Formats: sequence, structure tokens, C-alpha cells
Amino acid sequence: MWANSIRRAVLGFVAAVASGIALAQAPVEVSFYYPVAVGGPITKLVDGLAADFEKENPGIKLKPIYTGTYQDSITKALTAVKSGEPPVTSILLSTDMYTLIDEDAIVPFDDLVKTPEDQAWLKSFYPAFMENSQTGGKTWGIPFQRSTIVLYYNKELFKEAGLDPNRPPQNWKEQVEYAQKLTKRDASGKVTQWGLQIPSSGFPYWLFQALAIQAGTNLMNATGTQTYYDRPEVIEGLTYWVDLVKKHKVHPEGIVEWGSTPKDFFEKKVAMVWTTTGNLTNVRTNAKFDFGVAMLPAGKQRGSPTGGGNFYVYKKATPAQREAAFRFIKWITTPQRAAQWGIDTGYVAVRADAWETPAMKQYVAGFPAAAVARDQLPYAKAELSTHDNQRVTKALNDGLQAALTGAKTPEQAMKDAQREAERLLRSFR
Amino acid sequence: MSAVHRARGAVFGLETAAAWLLGLLWVLPLVYAFWAAFHPGEFSTRFVLTAPLTLDNFAKAWAAAPFARYFVNTVLLVTTVLAAQLVLVTLAAYAFARFEFPGRNLLFALVLVQLMIMPDVLIVENYRTMSALGLKDTILAIGLPYMASAFGIFLLRQTFKTIPRELDEAARVEGCSPLQVLWKVYVPLARPVYLAYALVSVSYHWNNFLWPLIITNSVESRPLTVGLQVFASTDQGIDWSIITAATLLTSGPLLVAFLLFQRQFVQSFMRAGIK
Amino acid sequence: MTRQMQWLYGWLLVLPAAALLALFTHYPAIATAWHSFHSTPKGARPAVFVGGDNYRLLVDDPIFWQSLTNNLWYALGTIPASIGLALLMATWVNGRLPGRGFLRLAFFTPTILPMIAVANIWLFFYTPEYGLLEQITKGLGFASHNWLGSKGSALGALMVVAVWKEAGFFMIFYLAALQSMSPNLAEAAAIEGASRWYFFRRVTFPLLMPTTLFVLVNAVINAFRMVDHVVVMTRGGPDNATELLLYYIYEIGFRFWDTAYAAVLTMVLLAILGTVALAQFWFIGRRVHYQ
Repeated sequence: MWANSIRRAVLGFVAAVASGIALAQAPVEVSFYYPVAVGGPITKLVDGLAADFEKENPGIKLKPIYTGTYQDSITKALTAVKSGEPPVTSILLSTDMYTLIDEDAIVPFDDLVKTPEDQAWLKSFYPAFMENSQTGGKTWGIPFQRSTIVLYYNKELFKEAGLDPNRPPQNWKEQVEYAQKLTKRDASGKVTQWGLQIPSSGFPYWLFQALAIQAGTNLMNATGTQTYYDRPEVIEGLTYWVDLVKKHKVHPEGIVEWGSTPKDFFEKKVAMVWTTTGNLTNVRTNAKFDFGVAMLPAGKQRGSPTGGGNFYVYKKATPAQREAAFRFIKWITTPQRAAQWGIDTGYVAVRADAWETPAMKQYVAGFPAAAVARDQLPYAKAELSTHDNQRVTKALNDGLQAALTGAKTPEQAMKDAQREAERLLRSFR
Repeated sequence: MSAVHRARGAVFGLETAAAWLLGLLWVLPLVYAFWAAFHPGEFSTRFVLTAPLTLDNFAKAWAAAPFARYFVNTVLLVTTVLAAQLVLVTLAAYAFARFEFPGRNLLFALVLVQLMIMPDVLIVENYRTMSALGLKDTILAIGLPYMASAFGIFLLRQTFKTIPRELDEAARVEGCSPLQVLWKVYVPLARPVYLAYALVSVSYHWNNFLWPLIITNSVESRPLTVGLQVFASTDQGIDWSIITAATLLTSGPLLVAFLLFQRQFVQSFMRAGIK
Repeated sequence: MTRQMQWLYGWLLVLPAAALLALFTHYPAIATAWHSFHSTPKGARPAVFVGGDNYRLLVDDPIFWQSLTNNLWYALGTIPASIGLALLMATWVNGRLPGRGFLRLAFFTPTILPMIAVANIWLFFYTPEYGLLEQITKGLGFASHNWLGSKGSALGALMVVAVWKEAGFFMIFYLAALQSMSPNLAEAAAIEGASRWYFFRRVTFPLLMPTTLFVLVNAVINAFRMVDHVVVMTRGGPDNATELLLYYIYEIGFRFWDTAYAAVLTMVLLAILGTVALAQFWFIGRRVHYQ
């Protein structure tokens, strides 16, 4: 008995020493893919953070790899998975979760979360962000650079139109009334300034999702196997959008380009725009007038989808690598660092206590608009994400554009989109 | 008679005006690029002659993306592609023009297939091949599918065929091997064709986008076009001043080269008999 | 040189090019056909033979049909326009117009600029309210129009960009052909009192036939190959109004990761290009005498 346990103890000690030596000799290498979707010296920021992390964790060698846009990054990650050499961790869109699960590429964080501290850490993120990180009772992603949609408005044009520049529209009805007052026409009836615009090129589903949530429903179930494109609330949301164009004539016709929307706003061609919180810094530097940032107006309720990227950890990595990646993810999402990342990039800091840090408090005091996204988070819902995500989303995008260009009625467009989504999702149920 | 003259003069005047109008229309995007790139952002959509000039946009564009690296990648890409093309195409064209061997016509027909079915449309399978070869995300992978160029083979074969056999035979009599003959007789005589072909190749690969977009995904291998697109497609929308500055930066060398060599360019096309 | 040596030289000289062509043109074309009869592998599920299932999907796919019709309209619009303009430009800069040096340069610049970059500039031209086109049409008193954002005009707007990009390139070929023509012909015709149009129709144009054919083939290929501006300007929208075949292949293959379906779509594209190639060879055999 004794001999046995001594032997076990000795063996354990030897193993521990051996692994310690191995650790000292060959640090655990953690490759880390990350995209850049906003302007600014992001790569330098990430390299700096990586160096700091390595200094504090000598056993780990972190290799940050800049992989371009989100689109490039998921491509690169998936092909790396297929060729057998995936990264250890990466930041990808939160909506890529099902894709990554279906490709059998990632592991849930539940296996890595062991201590009560880890549990508490997992609970520290805003629930709205976690909606896009969990499915089937497991957590697959950790929120990192996240965003929502907010309303930007031109205070000067508000004053000109006789509106209170410090009272943005609170609900759908006010939004229409404000937009009517803010739409200017010349003598011949041509519009010289629009009241409101909601961009609809590229990924109209995201902006539309806000309207659907405000009308009372999100667009999909929590397991990513069912969409609700033809629910009455969804059609109501789309009808509201189309009415802004056709009935009230306060919103530009046709498809509004996402890319030129900030410029439209700077050029005073439009008084109110919906766009991402990620545009905050851009608007702050380029708007030559006093502007306001507000929560999106409420329909039946307030609401916005979240957006942006999560951390994922890959299946192919060794347990030691996963452990090291986990340590890095915990390290970079501490309140201080989450706050600093938000300040540096314009993303929404992902946990409540990050907003209580001195750095963030000081930042918000100097620039209160930065806190609007935070205040809206209680009303925020998961971004549209399902199995076969890109296609299911395209079905909706096509339907939205068909309705906005007048090719279909809102009802018809959403029925068609739902039918297509049903066809695509059938095999996942 | 003078009425006819006058009518002809009027037609000529009208034509000149039309030609100039079209010409101005055609340079408009370039003119706009210069305007927006050299003026502050708020003038990128407003054309006020008194707008102040600035080089800020260039500095911003240069700082915002690793254009220097993209530049190196593109230069590497176009030179390796061109070098490989010149060698491969010359050898194959020589064989098709001057050697009798079984299967020649079939092989030539198979080569011509690529005139129509260019690598640009076979992106899905070529991507698979590159993954299998472990070449994904390399500059070599961008260029490889284009290196055996059917267009080049076709063009040079035509040219080689017009070279009198007597020259060829004279060189043989002097004791030249077939490769020496190729080098001493055929290549020098086909120089204009090479020049024309090189110009087409360089401008094609300098500007190629879809395949490089698919096959690359890191700064180390990405050419200018893909770098430019990655840089232009952020969440924040388009900043035309900076994009035009980046456009001028990235296509500057090609523009200058064309300005300097445009006469030779057209002449080489003429002599190349690409017509 | 012996016959065997001839053979050996021939084969060896062709070998490197032939090997690369086989690997990146012939093999992928055949592999596309093969994969088009299989399912897309996903995660742990490997590809399995599915017979004509993917083709049945194709027949039922409205977006495919739309991209096909779009592409045909696109070809029909861009090919004649760019060739016609190229010919016109070439005759202009070949003549005695004042400033033809500038004109030649002007017509050719689009060829040198990367499509990906100029597409962003064209995006500005087409922007509603303050875009360049709007500034001009507004000045002339026309109503505002969202060129890229309306289903009716988006494809047309892209076609204009394509013609703008291509015409100058084709012009060079016509110019080279025109310059190698004997000026005596035109002088003789002028003395005989033939109108310029008559001379062009009866002499110049027939002589340019080989060039026209060459340019035509290039234009056809480009109509199915050039999608860079779609990526930047519309991403196939609004509601698939500017979805072109190759862009759809790109979307399916590299955004949706459905490689099997992308293979089916590629087969369609290959069939179209193959038909054009056959037509071209037939045409060359009948009408045009190359060397």
C-alpha cells in the first residue's frame, strides 16, 4: 500500500517536474487570429497587449495574426480547420457560432471553466452579448469587440426645424414626426435634406432586426433552427420602414448604401441616421456640427441587435494550448482591459463593471454619447444567427431589398424569405 | 465645292467636340481621384476652386494600411508571373511553331481551351488544389494558375511562324542547337510582341482582384488590390479622400510608366500584330 | 535533326506549359464536373455521391436564373457598346484630331487603374443627393435618382462602369490595326469621292474583321469574368438585381462554403464559355483568315 502510494507520488512529482521543464523549454504557443473592422491602429494595440500578456505569463508564447476583415477571417479560420492547422483561438463574428459548431471546429468554454472565479467571470458579461455566445446550454464564445445600433442626429438641424436638440425621438411615432419636420424640399418639391435614413446595402438584416425587435419579436429561436421572418410583428417592422419611404416620404428611396451613410450625415443630406456604435469616433472627428447620439426609438418596446466579434477556442488545439488561450481570454477581458479596448476602438465594453473603472468614467464624463450604447444594452437582443447562417441571412436580405425597392409588398417579401429559410433549415432540426 | 468643304469642316468640328467630350468623360474618375486626394475631407464631394490643398490624405492612407508591404507583394507577383510566363510561353510557342511531333495539334487545341476558360472562373477547384499543395496564402499561389498563358503561346506561335525558316536554318548550319536558335534568332525578332505581351500581363496582374482575394488572407501575401479593398471596407463606411489617395498611391507607378512609354506601347502593339 | 529528336524537343519544350495548364485548367474543369455530382463535405460528414441532386437544386434556384439572365443582359449591353466605342475611339485618335495624344491617354487610363479602386470612385459618382452624377443632373433640373439602389438601374449603372473600363483597352488593338493599314487606300478613296462612311463600311471595317473577332472574344470573356465592381458597389443587390454568375459562384463557394453547388454553377459558366469557344472556332474557319 505504502510503497504504491509513494511510487505514485514520486511518479507524479517526476511528471510534474518533467512537464515543468518542458514548459520552461518550450513555451505553449498560442496562435490568435483577429480581424480589424474599424479604423485606427488596431494591429499595434493588439501587438502591445500580446507583449504585456507574455510578460506576465512567461510560459506562453502568443502569436497574434491579423486576418483582415471579418469575412476574410472566418474564411481563413475555416480553411485552416479543414487543412488541419487551425489557430488556437480567434476573434470572429458572434454570428459565426453555428457555422463553427457545424464544422466541428470549436470547443465550448464549459470544459475550461472550472473554478468559482471562472464561473463568476462568465457571468460578468452583459446578457445581451451572451445570447449570441450560447446555444444548447453551452457557451461557445466570449464577447470581446461588440457593438449595437444607435441613432445619430444633427443638433443644428434639430434647432432649425424647431425641435429640442436635447430630446431625440423616443418612439416610432415621434421618429416619423421628427423626420417630417426635418425633411426639407425646394420650391419644385425636390428633397434637399432627408429626415431619417436606415442603410440597407450589404447587411440590411442587421438594421432591420432592430425594427423587428422594437415591433415585439426577434427573428430566430435560440437554437438557430427556426426563423420568424413572416411573423406579423416582423412584417409590421418592415411596413414601418417602407412607409418611411413611400408613405411619409422622409427617408431616401431605394437601397441606402451603408458605406456612404456617415458621409450623408456629415454633408447634412440627412438629419438622423441609424448606424453602428463603431462609428462614434468617425462621427466625432468628421462631423462639423453639434451632434447627438440616442437610443433607437421604441415601437412596442426599445430594441437593437448586438453585433461584432467573440473569442472562440479551437478543437484541434492541445489541452495545454486551450488552457493558455483561456488564460489569455480571461486576461484581456478584465474590467480594466475591456474598458480600455472600448475607449481605444469605439466598441461597447462588454461587461458592466468595465463601466465602473476610473478610465471609463473619465471617458464617459468627457463624451457622454459613449454611454448610450451601454444604456441601450438592457433592450438589446441577439444578432440574427442560425445554422447555414450566411444563406438564411441572405434570404432575409433579399426580401428586405425587394420590399424597399418596391418589387414586393412587405408581407410577400417576408413570406418568401421565410419559405426559403424553412427550406434551408429543415435539415438541422 | 466650298459648300462640301464647309460641311466637311462642320463634321470635323463636331467630331472633335464629341471626341473631347468622351475623352473628358473617360478621365473624369482620375480627375476626381486627384481632386479628392489632394483636398481635405469636407471638399471630397464639393468642388470649390478655393479649397485648400493638402497631403494629409496620403499620410493617413499610408499609415492606415501596410501599403509598403502590399506594394512589395504586388511587384513580386507581377515579376514572377511575367518571368515564368515569358519562359514557358516562349518554349511552348517555339515547339508549336517549328517542331513536328505526334499530338501537336491536339495539344495546341488543349492550350487554346484556356483562352476561353481562364483561371478566373475556376476559383473553387483551384482553391482546393492550392490547399492540397499547401500553397494557400502565398504569392506563388496567386500567380501559378496564370503562368502557362494560352494567350501568350498563341501570340508568340503566330509571330514565330512569320519568321523565315532560312534564318533558322542558317543558324543551324553555323552549329547552333535548337535552344540557341531560339535565343539568337526567334526571341530578338519577336521583341515587340514580348513588350506588348509584358505590358498586358503586368497591367492584368497588377489589377487582378477576385482570385487574390480568395487565395490570400494575410498581409504577407496580399497584393495591392486586395489590400485596398480590405482597407476600404470597414464598418465605418467610405472615406473618399483617403480611398482616392490610396488609389493614386497604388496605381501611381503604372500610370507613370504608361505616361512615359505610351508611344512605345502602341507601337509595340502594332508591330506585335495583335490586331 | 532526326524525327525522334524533333519529337523529343517538341514534347520537352511544351511540357512545362502543358503541365501547368493541365493542373490549373484541365484538371479543375474535370474536377468541377466530378464534384458537381457530390455533396458538400461538412465537419465530420464527408462528400457523398448524390447524382443529379445538385442540378435539380439549380433548376429550382430562382437566384441562379436571375444571375443568368442578369449576366446575359450584362453581356448584351457591355459587349457591343465597348467594341463600338473602342472602334470610334481608335478612328478618332488615328485621325488628325487636335489633341489626340491627350485623347489616346484619356481613353486608355481606365485600363491601368484597378477596377477595385475605381469602383469606389464610381460609387461616389452614383451616390444620391451629392454624388457627381446627381450634382450634374440636379443642375440640369432632373429629379434625383438612386442609381445603384434601384432594381431598375443598378445593373445598367454597373454596365456603364464595365464599358468605361474596357473600351480603351480594346481601342489599342483597333489602333494598332488601323495604323498598320496603308494610308494610300483612304487617299485613293477620297480622290474617287467616296464618303468616309462608305469607305469605312466597305474597306476599313472588313479589314478590321480579325481584330473585331479578337476583341469580341475578349469582351465575351470579360462579361463573364469581371465582377470586381460588383464586390465593391452592390454585392449583388438590390435583391439580386446585379447578381452575376461568377459573383454568385464566389458567394456560394466562399461565403456559404457550399463547394458542391458552386461546382454546379461553375459547370454552367464553363458550358457557356465552351459554347462561345466552339462558335468562335466555327466562325474563324468560315469567315476570317488568320495566318
